[in-house]
Parts: sequence; structure tokens; C-alpha cells
Amino acid sequence: MTDATTPPGATAPDPDLLYSEDEDALRAAVRALLADRGDPATVLAGLESQAAYDTGLWHSLATEIGTAGLLVPEKLGGAGATAREAAVVLEELGRSVAPVPYLTSAVLAVTALLGCDHDRADTAAPLAALAEGRTVGVLAVPLTTAPGGPSGPVSVRADANGALTGRVTSVADAAAAGLLLVPAEGPDGPALYAVDASAAGVRTDTVTPLDLTRPLGHLTFDGAHGRLLAVGDRARAAVDRALLAGAGLLASEQLGVAEWCLTETVRHTAERTQFGRPVGSFQALKHRMAALWLEVASARAAARNAADALATDSPDAPVAVAVAQAYCAPVAVRAAQECVQLHGGIGMTWEHPAHLFLKRAKSDELALGSPGRHREALAGLVGIAAP
Amino acid sequence: MTDADDLRRRTAELLAAHPPASTDRLEFLRARFDAGLAWVHFPEGLGGLDAPRALQAVVDAELEDAGAPDNDPGRIGIGLGMAAPTILRFGTDEQKQRLLRPLWTGEEVWCQLFSEPGAGSDLAALATRAVRDGDTWIVDGQKVWTSSAHLARWAILIARTDPEVPKHRGISYFVCDMTDPGVEVRPLRQITGEAEFNEVFLTGVRIPDTQRLGAVGEGWKVAQTTLMNERVAIGGAPIPREGGMIGIAAADWRARPELRTHDLHQRLLKLWVEAEVARLTGERLRQQLTMGQPGPEGSGMKLAFARLAQEISGWEVEFLAEDGLTYDDWTMRRPDRVDFTGREAGYRYLRAKGNSIEGGTSEVLLNIVAERVLGLPPEPRTDKDVAWKDLPR
Repeated sequence: MTDATTPPGATAPDPDLLYSEDEDALRAAVRALLADRGDPATVLAGLESQAAYDTGLWHSLATEIGTAGLLVPEKLGGAGATAREAAVVLEELGRSVAPVPYLTSAVLAVTALLGCDHDRADTAAPLAALAEGRTVGVLAVPLTTAPGGPSGPVSVRADANGALTGRVTSVADAAAAGLLLVPAEGPDGPALYAVDASAAGVRTDTVTPLDLTRPLGHLTFDGAHGRLLAVGDRARAAVDRALLAGAGLLASEQLGVAEWCLTETVRHTAERTQFGRPVGSFQALKHRMAALWLEVASARAAARNAADALATDSPDAPVAVAVAQAYCAPVAVRAAQECVQLHGGIGMTWEHPAHLFLKRAKSDELALGSPGRHREALAGLVGIAAP
Repeated sequence: MTDADDLRRRTAELLAAHPPASTDRLEFLRARFDAGLAWVHFPEGLGGLDAPRALQAVVDAELEDAGAPDNDPGRIGIGLGMAAPTILRFGTDEQKQRLLRPLWTGEEVWCQLFSEPGAGSDLAALATRAVRDGDTWIVDGQKVWTSSAHLARWAILIARTDPEVPKHRGISYFVCDMTDPGVEVRPLRQITGEAEFNEVFLTGVRIPDTQRLGAVGEGWKVAQTTLMNERVAIGGAPIPREGGMIGIAAADWRARPELRTHDLHQRLLKLWVEAEVARLTGERLRQQLTMGQPGPEGSGMKLAFARLAQEISGWEVEFLAEDGLTYDDWTMRRPDRVDFTGREAGYRYLRAKGNSIEGGTSEVLLNIVAERVLGLPPEPRTDKDVAWKDLPR
């Protein structure tokens, strides 16, 4: 043994991988709302409207069902639930590819704020606003940022007066946001600032995204006023925790995407007849769908494990998240690709919603760290060192 | 209803009456069976207490802590996993009393005479004949892939008793005495060089009608119970992270830095992730079973296991470079249990090739998942309503 690393076997925890009754009830509520207001056909029609997101749907989801505050403790104005419940919401959102800023506002922005000192009013107040769905918040980092530290230097600088200068590209839901949480290099090292999206010196340029259901924007700060939320290790940890939670819960969204694609493909191929038989009776197609089913069932175990590790604040969370992302991201992409292919010609059309899922799955694969980045992280975490 | 505390008390009583340190192994196992602590979900008098199946773990943990001997389940897996539940469900009282105790203690080993050279995954196509002669059946035919046949005292056997009806309907199920005249066991040497399996030739073997399980012609239904229990057995105990083959590969990687390449690193990380996810999927299935909500994941686990075992063992041979070119020993051996990780990389690589064939090929399992789990339309069947004797062979 030349490596001093310890095999992690003995420390693997004992996660709860099932769904609780409360989680099932939450799922039923979210699913009913989405079936009514956010089914793929409605989503498709809404995309032509150029709106940043479906405000009516978001309002119902965030405030009537109360999903926006799931991760916020009750004393701070939230529901005091955990990542396990948020994961169930994301499974359903994945199944409908609804254009709502749940992952960005209720997971990433909320978790970043929770990592700051929320005894302070300038942290507690925005947190309560996000929890109640009164404001949409985003963490101003490129959507591709992986947990475990940014790959390059932070692109925004802050001066001693809290004036921010710099540019952050490809921020998810930037145009929808009222509150921007901006990691910046300040006079005392890394820092996290809160900036009003409407403040002077803030510009949001929308870009045409690959995934139409999760809009992107480039943010430019030109001396914009930022309120300091945290500095140093605290700021770094708050951002990293947000990225870890985001990546871990994104696995549940990917599970939902894959599940929809498989279900629709099975339904279509069982009905569609060619050569005198339902195409779903041909072994060449059956085997592909059966193999995909096994991957989806496995993705569920991986996603539940990540959600449970985040919910219980397990020391295993970084491993659980890396495993879930490395596994679930490609499963969602494969499911969406199979969905397009096994639908035949109709899978290539704009009318059929398959393309929405393909675009979401592919851009989710890049989001919050590609599978390769997560495997790289895992190499360090479980002692499989590079050559 | 027997609860966990009750089982702990009974276990403590067993240990007090038969201290493991000073009790003969077999004597202890017999006493454990008689105390109803062998398989607690079995009926009283047959090694159990009619307790919930999940409570077996309570007994096992207490006994392990006390250093009690186990019944070496790896060696008698076919008896425990397949024969016992079938006998329990379809056997007569007399059969249960005679057969279950020595089966559980391992005094009598069981094998399974199902597969045939002409009927692999299409098990119901079997041709071994059983012809009635008064109170006995005369059996002629050939079976294959029979593990433990050379050690077995008993076999569960399916044979054709009516060739005039479609293939699933003319089969009956028997308990065959492997010491009877006409039973000949020949080792079947495999790709690994060893003979883990056997061919079994049955020539005029006389089986008393009292050794039939289930009605004449209903053997396929009985066999379904056997095969379903084979799959349930996979639920089993939780395995630790890096348990099994991936643990060996990871240990190799840590021990031999001079052999590392970037390509092998990438592939190992991918396999590590897949092995961890397979472990979690098995763990999730186990949790569902404990909650009394068995999920369909079980039907897919064998597929994942087979693919992973083949890929990881193939990776390992490649990683070992020059050492991967060598093999430990081609001597013909007759192992009395399957050990996937005990020997070296070349053996693992070759043995894993069987994982996607034995117990139903991966291709047939994919069909089963597609039809039974996803509800996709079945393959067209040309043999469904045709008498077995008229089927092309």
C-alpha cells in the first residue's frame, strides 16, 4: 500500500431509501397541481410567450402548497422540512419539466442564505421572503458550477464600500430573480453579497438556452450595491453547501425526467402498430426499455440516498451526492434519447414534448457539475487516486 | 404472535442449554431447529415459530454475537432457498417431518434437477419422462448444470408425465433420492477448469408416488414457487460499500500505483459508481421487503449483478497487466460452493461469464421485466396450445 487512504467501506451509513407517508402526500399534491396547470403540453405552449417563468404556476406551487419554504426552519418562516421532501417536489417537477424557479430559488438560494448568520435581519428577512414565495432568489454562479469549489477564480470583485463589479455568465433563472446572491472576491477575501436585481449597476442579458424550460441569463455588475452576508470560510462554506444540496437534489429531478420518458415510451410502443404487431412486442425494443427500467430503478436508490444524506446532514453527503450525480445524469439523458428514438418520427417533432425532456436532461447533465467532475470528486473522497 | 423480545428470550435459553463453546456443531444446529429458531417464519415443529420473517435477523444477530455455529448456508443454498419453501408449501406432513430438519442442519444436501440440454431458458420444454407404474414412477432423461449433485442426498426434479398436452401442463414435480439405482452423476468441466456443475443421467429411476409434490400435471405451478423463492433469496443481507468484486478491484488499484493509467482510472470510477448504486438498489429492495412492500426491483438485480461482475473482473485482468496474462491453476477441482471472489482475477473473469446465463439468461430476464414489470405486449407464441409431443425439437 503506497496510498495512505482508507477504504470507505466501514463508514457507509444506513440511509432510509423509501418514501414516508408525508412525502407521498406531498407528491400527490404537487402532481395534482402540475397535472392541472403544468402538463408538458401547457409547458410547450407557454414557452412561446417569452416569460421568464410560469408565474401563476410558481405562485401556486410556492405559496398554496408551500414548497418554497420546505428547507427553511419554521422559526425563520418556512415549513421546517428537509431535503427528502424537496427531492420529492423535484421528482415531480422533472416529470413535467415545468418552468418554475424551484431548484434555483427554493434550493440553491435558500441553502446559501441558511449558511449565513440568520440571526441578522438582512439574512432573515430575505430568507423569509424566499420561503413565502414573495421573492425569487438565485445564486449568481454559472449553472455548470460543481460543488467542491469553483474551477476558476470568482469573476466578481467587491470594494470596501460593497460596490460589485464583474460578470457572471449562464446563471439559471437570472431573469426571474428579485434577489441575487453573489459570491465575490472582497477586500477581506471570499465573500457573499445580496444584491437587488433591480438595483442600479445590475444588468441581466438573457441568452437563448438549450433547455427552454430553465432560462439562463448573463449578469453584469457595474458598481452595483451589495449587502455583505458572509465573508471568508463562512461565505465559501455557504456557497459550497448550496451547490452540494443543489447537485444532490438535481438527481431527483433527473429521476423524474427519466421516469416520464420511460413511461411515455412504454405507453407509445405498446399502442403503436407496425408490421402487424405493436412495436413494443419486438424484442429489440423491449430489451432497451427493460434495461432503461433497471437504470431508472437504480437512479431512484441513488437519488434517495443523496436526499437522505443531505436531510440528515450525514458526513457521507459528499460521496452520496457525487454518486447520485455521476449515475443519474447519464440515465436521464439516455432515457430522453431513447424516448425520442423509440417514438420514431413523432419524437423529432416540436409538437411532441419529448424534446423538452431531452433538452432538460442534456442541460441537467452539465448543471452543478458534469458526471465526469463528480467522478473526479469521488476519486478523492473514496481513495481511488489518479495515476 | 411471537415478537422480537420473545425471540431474544428463546435464543438466550437455547444458548444456555447448549453453550456453543462446549457443544458439538451438529448437536447445536439440531437443538436450534427444535427450538424453532432455524427459520422463525416456518411453522412450529418444522424449525420455526410462525413469526414474521423479518425477525430472523434478530435471532441471527444474537447467535452470531454468542459465537454459535451457523448451518453454512453458502454450501446448502439450493436446499434452503428452493427445496425448503417448496416442500413447506406442497409437501405432505410426512414429507415435511422427514426432510426439513436434515436439510436445514446440512446433514442432507439438496440439488435441483430442472435444466436440460434441450431446454435451457425455455425450461418448460423439458423432455425427461416419468411414466407411472403402479405406486411408482419410472424416470428416464438427462439433466444439466446441476450444482452439488455429487454431494446431494436429495433432488427436486421436474419431469414430463403427459406429452399429449401443451408443454406447461404435462409436467409433474418429484423429490428424487440421489442414491437410487439409475442416478448417475458426471462432472461437467467448465471454462474455469473446475467442475462446479454436473450432468445427471436418469435411467429407469424408480420414484415412489409418495415423493411427488403437488398434483400430477401441476408440476409447473410447483416449480414457479421454487423459482420465485430463488429470486426472493437475493433480497438477503445488506452488503457494505465496496463489498464484493469492486472491493477487490479498488484494493488492487490502491496497492499497485505503478500499473495505473488514466483510462483505467476513468473506467474504475465509473464501475465504482455503478457498484455503489447497485448496492443501494439492493438495499432499497431489502427495505421494501422489510416494510412488506416488495418492489419489482428484484427481477432486475440479477441483470445488474451479472453485467457488473463481468465488467469489473474484465477490468481487473486488464489492470494487472503481465499478471493478468497468467492463471492460478487449471487443475480439475470439485468445489462444494460457488465462490466468486476467492480465487484470482483470471478465475473471476471466466466464472463471471456464467452470471448472465445461469438462473435465466439476461436476455430472457429482460423479456420478463418488459412484459411483467412494464406490461409490454408479449412475444408471439407458437407453442402455446400445441401438445408437447408435436412441438419441433
